Amino acid sequence: MFPAGAGGIRPGRCKGECSLDTNASIKLRNITKRFGTTLANDRCWLDINRGEILALLGENGSGKTTLMNMLSGIYYPDEGQIFIDDKEVVIRSPKDAFDLGIGMIHQHFKLVDVLTAAENIILGLPGKGRLDMKAVSDKVRRICQTYGFDIDPDQKIYDMSVSQKQTVEIVKVLYRGAEVLILDEPTAVLTPQETKTLFKVLRNMRDDGKAIVIITHKLHEVEEVSDRVAILRKGSFVGDMPTKDTNAREMTNMMVGRPVALNIERPDPVDPKPRLEVRNVNLTDEEGIQRLFDVSFTANSGEILGIAGISGCGQKELLEAIAGLQRPDSGSITFMPEGQEARELIGLTPRQIQQQGVVLSFVPEDRLGMGLVGSMDITNNMMLRSYRSGSTGFLDMKSPRDLGEDIVKRLEVVTPGVTTPVRQLSGGNVQKVLVGREIASAPSVLMTAYAVRGLDINSSYTIYDLINQQKKEGVAVIYVGEDLDILIGLCDRILVLCSGRVNGIVDGRTADKEQIGLMMTRLEGGEQEGGSANG
Amino acid sequence: MGESVKYAVKEPLVHITRRTDIRSWKAWLIRVASVVLALIVNALFIYSVTGLDPVKVYTVMIQGTFQSTYNFLTSMRDVALLLCIAIALAPAFKMRFWNIGAEGQVLMGGLATALVMIYLGNAMPPWLLMVTMFAASIAAGALWAVIPAIFKAKWKTNETLFTLMMNYIAINIVDCLTNIWRGSKSSMGQINANTQAGWFPRLLGYRFTINIIIVLVLTVVMYIYLKYTKDGYEIAVIGESENTARYAGINVKRAIVRTLLISGAICGLAGCITVAGKNQTISVNTAGGYGFTAIIVAWLAKFNTFYMMLIAFILIVLEKGAIQIASAYTLLNDYAADIITGVILFFILGSEFFINYRVVFRARRDREEEQA
Repeated sequence: MFPAGAGGIRPGRCKGECSLDTNASIKLRNITKRFGTTLANDRCWLDINRGEILALLGENGSGKTTLMNMLSGIYYPDEGQIFIDDKEVVIRSPKDAFDLGIGMIHQHFKLVDVLTAAENIILGLPGKGRLDMKAVSDKVRRICQTYGFDIDPDQKIYDMSVSQKQTVEIVKVLYRGAEVLILDEPTAVLTPQETKTLFKVLRNMRDDGKAIVIITHKLHEVEEVSDRVAILRKGSFVGDMPTKDTNAREMTNMMVGRPVALNIERPDPVDPKPRLEVRNVNLTDEEGIQRLFDVSFTANSGEILGIAGISGCGQKELLEAIAGLQRPDSGSITFMPEGQEARELIGLTPRQIQQQGVVLSFVPEDRLGMGLVGSMDITNNMMLRSYRSGSTGFLDMKSPRDLGEDIVKRLEVVTPGVTTPVRQLSGGNVQKVLVGREIASAPSVLMTAYAVRGLDINSSYTIYDLINQQKKEGVAVIYVGEDLDILIGLCDRILVLCSGRVNGIVDGRTADKEQIGLMMTRLEGGEQEGGSANG
Repeated sequence: MGESVKYAVKEPLVHITRRTDIRSWKAWLIRVASVVLALIVNALFIYSVTGLDPVKVYTVMIQGTFQSTYNFLTSMRDVALLLCIAIALAPAFKMRFWNIGAEGQVLMGGLATALVMIYLGNAMPPWLLMVTMFAASIAAGALWAVIPAIFKAKWKTNETLFTLMMNYIAINIVDCLTNIWRGSKSSMGQINANTQAGWFPRLLGYRFTINIIIVLVLTVVMYIYLKYTKDGYEIAVIGESENTARYAGINVKRAIVRTLLISGAICGLAGCITVAGKNQTISVNTAGGYGFTAIIVAWLAKFNTFYMMLIAFILIVLEKGAIQIASAYTLLNDYAADIITGVILFFILGSEFFINYRVVFRARRDREEEQA
């Protein structure tokens, strides 16, 4: 039924003669971009209107960010044309883009920590010899007032929260006179409350006549904030339509190219037994900042324990403490295997934990910086956990190769072969390789940090299925996530971290998104509701 | 793209894109082309500055290595020395431990050999003397490398500065000892010139045959060590990401110390074969700057010891050629030779850019579009 023409959808890949809106203020026509042999965008079309919020939707590797990078001057298209108000333009650099009133807010902020917001905003702008910081601050305040931003121009960046930093990036773009704002997955780092504030500001800007493009793959956000949605698949334009005329199912199907089931399974835990007990753990990091305060919880076998929290609230430290990568100041982390003596893990290195026979699998947040070696191929990455096997000093290359080939086949990893460096794979495939390896060791505890971050719907559901399988096999799963809808749909219990403290543990079957969102931001006097699990 | 819209604004003249799909024959073609280009640039330089025939100058340069069997063999001796140090550096650099201290480690190995030759030369049978020389030089080189390694592992000191400074300490120790040994004589002279104790025996007519054999064995062993052993795997992982190494349960500190023991030990051995198999003397110039040149060899070869052979060979041919033209012409001294070598190295290094990136010109795209 897809893609062509269905339900008032403009045909994808239309050439020359098909009649798109002639009044669109920005038109991208037949844009093609190649990276080596990969085709990132294939004759892509897109219309952007003033006074409209456009959601650009697509799976990973569908070319959303690449297309927008060409509009903002980061990349230069191999073929195709860009028209602004019916005049053809050539965008050679971000400066050209700014001159045309196009500004992009990237996923990774580009701010100087030790400067103030106002200083960051004017950084790189041409000007006279003397700098009038007061005038700059005043102009920044005026912009903030106009659209309802809440930042202090004189505050240093290192004192700011993630959402404040994002606001500075947006104001920076507006200060330069941007009429077209492109936001690359802006909500990935925000709490539900912050997301609401951002959406309000976006609507204000739209009402002011600006064109807003928001790149995302969260469908409910598309529905909430956008006026129109355009969908890319495999680098090509599939179609666009007013958001009110479509629904999540249709959008998903267009994105994936075939019907997809959108429900997460949550089987009841079978015979849960305490497997990992964390008691009163305090942890100070290398910089001397205390990251964890008196953290206590129990992870049970055959159960998924979710961990919710604003990013940087101790999730990373908690998992790394359990894995033996960071040493807590005090407390205990006890591993309780079936029918065997309990073992204390604090003070052991990852190697010693392994030697104790504790199979603890860990899918870290930083996939290519910790979980895998980007420049090595799949076989060599499989070895990371097992290279010590065998009694000689030589490597056993055979079994990792077999394991790699098995994972590629079973998890449908898209790769030219097991000898391709994993850095060249797409995000979803990298994660499949990593999760595949961690599961292959038949763990008794599986920890995952942001396992589906940056992954498209299809890959995400593959990962949820894998995690659920582990749960059914009696593994104690700890799932650190950021999407509350998923946490509530997947986890049996959800532990909420707030500034390194446990702010309560709620039941995933009865929990409510708003309640968790509040617990993430507001500390409830150190009181713990802990242990009210399985209810 | 049948429609031919005139470009309202000119697109950029050049833009650069990354390539991931280059075939190895193409990469080698680019490398060879870069050398050819370098030779052309050098020819222009030689002709415009001196008016000499560049082809003749190049012929003379090549003769530095290929004029006679003797020239060729001594070149091979020097290739072996340079390669030996590059092999020593490979594991350290692959681990991203910036060992700039090979010069000092080689000197300390050479000094240890000289000490054994001078003080024990007549006190033990020849085979035991050889074993002692090897052991002492390996220990001295390893010691010189392991000190910065321990500091790096324990207190995260900067190994680049540390290893560099260790060079100067080594140079001064050697300077001091040679001063003592030579007494009032103008030069140190060959050690044990009368007894030849501790000199490598002649094999096939030359003492340095043993050097070449040792280095050939090391080339194979180091290749296997880096590629097929567990230690080699740990080195590769640490070099890419220390975090991943810790995650995989690798004891990073121990691996740093272990790798630098190996690196320093081979440097020490290079000092030993220089003293016992080449000049039978010791001076601050024993390492001859090879400790630094070897860094280029190791990096250009991306730590593949067999590629290192080729690169060490090219560098030595250039070095011998430089000496040759400096003696053959009055207009070209060895500074001019350095310029020629510099240009060639610059082009070889620059070719890596064209292997990793593609440069697209406006004109070329227009042509491509016309064809389409």
